[in-house]
Amino acid sequence: MTVFASSAPVRPARTTRVRRRLVGDLTGWGFAGPATFVVLGLSVFPALWALRISRQKWNGIAPPKPLGWTNYQLMASDPDLFSAVRHTVVLTALFVPLSLLLGLLIAIALNQPIRFAGFYRTCIFVPFVVSAAVTGILATFVFNPQFGIVNAGLRSVGVAPQQFLESPSQVLLVLVLVSLWGSVGFTVVVYLAALQDIPRELTEAALVDGANRRQVFRYVTVPQLRPVTVFTAVWQTITALQLFDIIYTTTRGGPLGASQTVVYYVYYQFRELQRYGYASAVSYGLFAVTMLITLGMVVYARRRGTEAF
Amino acid sequence: MAVDRRVAVRDDAPGPVERATTNPVRRRRLPFSPWHLLLAPMALAFVFPLVQMVLTSFMDDSEINRFPPRFLPRSIDLGSAGGRGQERASGYVGLLTQTPVLHWLLNSTLVATVAVVSHLALCSLAGYGFARLRFHGRQVGFFLLLSTVMIPTQLLLVPTYVLFARLGFVDTLAAAFVPWLASAFGIFLMRQFFLSLPTELEDAARIDGCSTFGVFWRIVLPLARPALATLAIFTLLGSWNDLVWPLVAINDESSYTIQLGLANFQGTRRTQWSLLMSGNVVATMPLILAFLFAQRQFVATMTFSGLKG
Repeated sequence: MTVFASSAPVRPARTTRVRRRLVGDLTGWGFAGPATFVVLGLSVFPALWALRISRQKWNGIAPPKPLGWTNYQLMASDPDLFSAVRHTVVLTALFVPLSLLLGLLIAIALNQPIRFAGFYRTCIFVPFVVSAAVTGILATFVFNPQFGIVNAGLRSVGVAPQQFLESPSQVLLVLVLVSLWGSVGFTVVVYLAALQDIPRELTEAALVDGANRRQVFRYVTVPQLRPVTVFTAVWQTITALQLFDIIYTTTRGGPLGASQTVVYYVYYQFRELQRYGYASAVSYGLFAVTMLITLGMVVYARRRGTEAF
Repeated sequence: MAVDRRVAVRDDAPGPVERATTNPVRRRRLPFSPWHLLLAPMALAFVFPLVQMVLTSFMDDSEINRFPPRFLPRSIDLGSAGGRGQERASGYVGLLTQTPVLHWLLNSTLVATVAVVSHLALCSLAGYGFARLRFHGRQVGFFLLLSTVMIPTQLLLVPTYVLFARLGFVDTLAAAFVPWLASAFGIFLMRQFFLSLPTELEDAARIDGCSTFGVFWRIVLPLARPALATLAIFTLLGSWNDLVWPLVAINDESSYTIQLGLANFQGTRRTQWSLLMSGNVVATMPLILAFLFAQRQFVATMTFSGLKG
């Protein structure tokens, strides 16, 4: 349109163009604006605000006192934070491999042409809709040291009753089992989708070439699953590092702080001690570490030739 | 040569023939596929706590507090309101008469309804805007939205609470539904879906004089039903089961959601198991039934999100 514009009709052409652009922008933001405003307003904006709060001493009521990086320095000498980090590491180190292994195993089994596969799948997926609050009450009931069904099962095979969630040495392991119960459905779904995406020709070609079932699994299926494994591992690591709900609804960090994770510690500093600044600093610390771990996993996978993202 | 090789392989192919002869032998040893040995106990482990939850909700407390535990209730006990003497509130009757559970359920229903309606409206509008419309700031806006998926919830606890306090949301239901009005996940989901649609229909409608919103409302949105269903389930599960935001911003019992109410039962009604289990059933059954009826849609949602975490 502008190409043909000679000197005389330039002005009307430009105004219509400007106007059309304005209308386009208004329409576009009319569509995209409200959701973008809500999402950014509840994520980027508070995240930047948290950075500011993390450099203050503030209890939410008295005027905040600027501290510089003191809150971050305090973290280096906080024994409670160290033990929270230790618990989080233990939880993550147990939860991630177990959820991947269990997810893969169940997905392979569900992918077989066997009877009741649909029924099994329903059973394994149902916990996905159960909330953390309900899971917490159920876990304290099932693992109850006095009359819980797990102890009854153990007794019937001759094992002494255990304290489970009330024992500092067992609580993390039980929490891993409880989180697995609620989240293995996700890894199963992801692996199942990946298994069904493997082209039939690949496995058939390998069989025709004389590979046995185990070799097909090792040399065809496993390499095909690598990208999805990296993705799931990253996802589950982030989940495990941020474990909070289940802890709040079962042990609230107990017994004797044995299940206090980093995020629970953030919550504790924030709600119980009103240390808004320090809580924000710790959560930024965890954020940084999570990013580093995620990046490390993705880079490591790329080096080994797997692109997951 | 290639033909020769194929023939040769087929001639001495040990695979299929061998399998055909060994299979009946294996079948005689085990009357079912060995995968059942893995799947049956797994399925049981996943479903058992939920079955026990329902059964226990019909027991009276003396029946629950015994070892070894009883699995099936002796008779169906709906509980009592308690009050006089030493009797405590128990079961469904106690739950409904002695706790504000109906009020909390109503609150949760309101929160979930607002969340789902707003999520569907805002995210489909924004998804369409980012997929099809050209406007200034589109790419910056979308990039910012993309970056928000990396921001963890724990980072937002303190500033969101302070923000809600300033906006007057604390102790109101707004604190529970405002975080669920829209999400980056929802915008991506809808954008991806709209990008996958052919543009011909939209072009034809526009040539026929349809406005941009008319194209979106009359042509595109009716085609988006599967994506909208996925998004609705995601939002329903997330907002109904959410614990973190109500926990942080609601202290007033009359604004509790059902999840917050259940989580706080752990402090006040710790050992009233029949009442706790009735509460669990009431909070979970709607979702379990929805899951059983629309399993395919739920699984599609699971694939898209790690939701629980």
